[in-house]
Amino acid sequence: MSGANRIPGAGRLTPAKTARFFFDGKSYAALEGDTVASALLANGVHLVGRSFKYHRPRGIVSAGAEEPNALIGVERDAARKQPNVRATVQDVFDGMKVISQNRWPSLAFDVGAVNNLLAPFFAAGFYYKTFMWPKQAWKHVYEPQIRAAAGLGVSPTEDDTDHYSSRYAHCDVLVIGAGVAGLSAALAAAKTGARVIICDEQPEVGGALHYDKSVTVDGQDGFTWAQGTAAKLAKMDNVTVLPRTTAFGYYAQNFVGLNERVTEHLAKPDRKLPRERLWQVRAKRVIIATGAIERHMVFANNDRPGIMLASAARTFLNHFGVAVGKKIGVYTANDSAYEAAFDLKRAGITVAAIVDSREKPGEGVLAEARSLGIEVLTGHGVVNTSGKLRVSSMSVARNGGGAVRKIAIDALLVSAGWTPSVHMFSQSRGKVAYDNETQRFLPGTYAQDCLSVGACNGTNDLQATIEESLAAGELMSNASGFTASEKLALQGSNAFAWTGGMAGAAEGAGADTTVKAFIDFQNDVCAKDIRLAVREGMHSIEHIKRFTTNGMATDQGKLSNIHGLAIAAETLGREIPKVGLTTFRAPYTPVTFGTLINHSRGELFDPTRKTPMHALEEAQGAVFEDVGQWKRAWYYPRAGEDMHQAVNRECKTVRDVAGIFDASTLGKIEVVGPDAAQFLNLIYTNSWDTLKPGRCRYGIMLREDGFVYDDGVVGRMAEDRFHVTTTTGGAARVMNHMEDYLQTEFPHLNVWLTSATEQWAVIAVQGPKAREIIAPLVEGIDLSNEAFPHMSVREGKICGVPTRLFRMSFTGETGFEVNVPADFGPAVWAAIWAQAEPMGACAYGTEAMHILRAEKGYIIVGQDTDGTVTPDDASLGWAVGKKKTDFVGIRGLRRPDLVADGRKQLVGLLTKDPKVVLEEGAQIVADPNQALPMTMIGHVTSAYWSENCGRSIALALVAGGKAKIGQTLYVPMPDRTIAVEVSDMVFFDKEGGRING
Amino acid sequence: MLLIYCPYCEEERSELEFRQAGDAHIARPTNMTEMTDEDFEAFFFLRDNVKGLTFERWRHLNGCGRFFNAARDTVSDKFLTTYKAGLPRPDLSTLRPATEAIVETYEATESDAK
Repeated sequence: MSGANRIPGAGRLTPAKTARFFFDGKSYAALEGDTVASALLANGVHLVGRSFKYHRPRGIVSAGAEEPNALIGVERDAARKQPNVRATVQDVFDGMKVISQNRWPSLAFDVGAVNNLLAPFFAAGFYYKTFMWPKQAWKHVYEPQIRAAAGLGVSPTEDDTDHYSSRYAHCDVLVIGAGVAGLSAALAAAKTGARVIICDEQPEVGGALHYDKSVTVDGQDGFTWAQGTAAKLAKMDNVTVLPRTTAFGYYAQNFVGLNERVTEHLAKPDRKLPRERLWQVRAKRVIIATGAIERHMVFANNDRPGIMLASAARTFLNHFGVAVGKKIGVYTANDSAYEAAFDLKRAGITVAAIVDSREKPGEGVLAEARSLGIEVLTGHGVVNTSGKLRVSSMSVARNGGGAVRKIAIDALLVSAGWTPSVHMFSQSRGKVAYDNETQRFLPGTYAQDCLSVGACNGTNDLQATIEESLAAGELMSNASGFTASEKLALQGSNAFAWTGGMAGAAEGAGADTTVKAFIDFQNDVCAKDIRLAVREGMHSIEHIKRFTTNGMATDQGKLSNIHGLAIAAETLGREIPKVGLTTFRAPYTPVTFGTLINHSRGELFDPTRKTPMHALEEAQGAVFEDVGQWKRAWYYPRAGEDMHQAVNRECKTVRDVAGIFDASTLGKIEVVGPDAAQFLNLIYTNSWDTLKPGRCRYGIMLREDGFVYDDGVVGRMAEDRFHVTTTTGGAARVMNHMEDYLQTEFPHLNVWLTSATEQWAVIAVQGPKAREIIAPLVEGIDLSNEAFPHMSVREGKICGVPTRLFRMSFTGETGFEVNVPADFGPAVWAAIWAQAEPMGACAYGTEAMHILRAEKGYIIVGQDTDGTVTPDDASLGWAVGKKKTDFVGIRGLRRPDLVADGRKQLVGLLTKDPKVVLEEGAQIVADPNQALPMTMIGHVTSAYWSENCGRSIALALVAGGKAKIGQTLYVPMPDRTIAVEVSDMVFFDKEGGRING
Repeated sequence: MLLIYCPYCEEERSELEFRQAGDAHIARPTNMTEMTDEDFEAFFFLRDNVKGLTFERWRHLNGCGRFFNAARDTVSDKFLTTYKAGLPRPDLSTLRPATEAIVETYEATESDAK
């Protein structure tokens, strides 16, 4: 037997299919198809958790997604632990480990329950007021303590070993919810041939048919009809049926996020399957059929385990075959709860009494109750309950006072009525409207192409729901361009029409400040807290929500919002619609991070870009650094070398012999067309008309505001063809910048731009022996200094493959940059290395490259400039064409502040102690003895140890820097103040002769 | 995620393929060097940041690569229309049926209790 409370013959599960699971280490029997909640209840376990703030014992409140209380942890192994799972939606599987949360040392005896006694100190907003001082204590004492005591489950600490998948889908009609309404709508839409997706959060379709056994549709039992309809739909080519799939977010233009739980219910899932799947659905039309959620009654001590929604008890009985108690009470304000009592009574359970706050319940249910011999107390309220770990009695009194009668029970079913689930509608930015007659918020003004049908649209009657849904299915298909060949008709019937319902505090909620009548179980918010918030001056529902935290828990107030609103309205003396609803936000129910981030984790989080020579560099012992998405060789340590030693050797070797360097990451743009030079004239500060084919020029690009945007060497390959290089990090934005101007400001120019960054492998060979290294490999190019001077480019062959060979240098040495088609890069690198190595040259990385260029005072845009530096500030004024009448940034450069004296200018810094290397980013002051806060006149942009200079070197932006050359400035650091002398920016080979070697 | 109609590709594509590129219909002056500081300030720095209808540039970056213009409502986030670069501002009165005139906002669906 799978639990003592299982009623033979009741429910839809198969008794032969059993499973065992563990709850807090104890083994329990279950049936296949059970949720954790139904299986625990079958075993008589109501106590499943402790509440968030007061650590009160809590049980199972609902049978579905709205569950606020029964949050559990589910463990598969050390890595796969899921906290805060709602026990009412988690299927049991064989061998499953379930743990309760927020209790210590055990669920039945919880030390934290002392909070319940201290409750007067924990009124709403208590932490805003109680823990004000001392100021530091909030961060270090109060907050950590409160967070440890209050709380939910614990996150797993290991990497999630599950994987998650993602799917985009387009359809004509998306139906959210597969109860009577959703299925009817999907059926009508599918018959027209429209592409339909229908999803439902539950394992099986049917919605309310899970519990309402009195329903028949099309002459069949309702639940049976639902399964048959879903099966029929699933067989149609134009329909996708997605059970276990929650529509969690409704975004712009009918873009709806679905979360499909693929393996969560399986004992031994195929590890190839994703745990969950994110569906991003773009629907031409959406039909919202999300039903309604039952509200609980708000009265004193309404949170004891065993007190649950009437519809939940009915679900546990009619679907799972579980009786939630042996002697139950009912406290209701509407008719639907009566049917729960009827079903339980017929199953042989004692119904102690139905307490109805109304004087006049529906006549049908009242007559049926009497004929079943159930005592009905109309105009009464439950004013209190007792029972430590499970409800044991209810105290009943006539409304307005009178004698209190204590009735022994072991479960109490409550219902204050039904709240239409307008979450999806509201998320679609539709505006809800308050219906005075039924006291409900219903879909009002639509903002997107969607329609609500059934209970979420306020339609109560079953036949009306069916007809409305069939019509909606057809209408939405028509709007998507499909027409029905035949009109569908379905007949439905149920036992009773339901009337009644209330919102807010019921009899027994008490008017004073001591009664705990909970409205929000998950955040421990009581009716008195809402009243307190209003007394404290919170008059907007948004303020009341935040002050009390009502509706701010993971269930987002599915049960509590309307109660909170009604109490607030009453206290404020305003009508409910005047107080207004808080906003419904995605996700509807919690969605795992795994689903949202999907494949974007680990190596797939961001693309990794490797140069063609990456593997060879790796073999040569390179250590790589990340430069944006690129992996770049940083330095090449030899045996016994640390980074510092390796970099010093590389720097020295390049200047003494030669070095080879992978410069493939440089951005490269091919600028082609009859107007190419004219275009570059507008994009760069330099003039390009005078550049002859075969020559190169260092170019500077500004933004329109006059500040340096990017730089690079441009080679003119032909009259109408330029090989433009950009910084590594600037490649994409420079391309965008050029395209922008070409397409929108200079569309009259006949120019084509092509990104060629990844088409060329670039090997820089730099140093006194650079020419000797490449000479044997090059064909068709005269490499002599006279024929091929510094800043030239030639086309020819190297190692038998075509090359664009640049004579240029970012080191100040004689240098070449060998461009070859990317696929030839490794072979050419290997050939050059074979030449270079015997001569004593080395491969060098980005760190040595940085130092070598700094020794020559060559700037790096983005390191030595920061978006506020003009060419003049960087001593690059020579690159600005003085005779030009237009280029991007020409007007910006003339702004008063950009030509004013005292601007920060790039200069060199030499520490008085040559051994001291400055810190990049360190601030510079003129007088180190001035009072704090000191006046900072600049900062260090680049600082290195230069083995070639035998001392430290630095570049810095200093206010009026060029006029301060020779002066002493100071760099205050936490432990000392460093004296520096301002210098020019060239530290090595000031005459610059080596470059022309 | 929005769908945006690229007037060059002539189809609706996902927002992921596009990048916003600032206000539209601000032509770069041809007499840059002769502009006064005030004129340059107005051209380069000053933008209206309108609430409601705005005209802006977008680029179909991960598609055809073209820059185009769009009329968009900054309150509802809706694109009213898109059109090729260089074309004048469209006459919006001809574009939207009256039923779409209601501009829905988050603010409007939130509490009207002030």
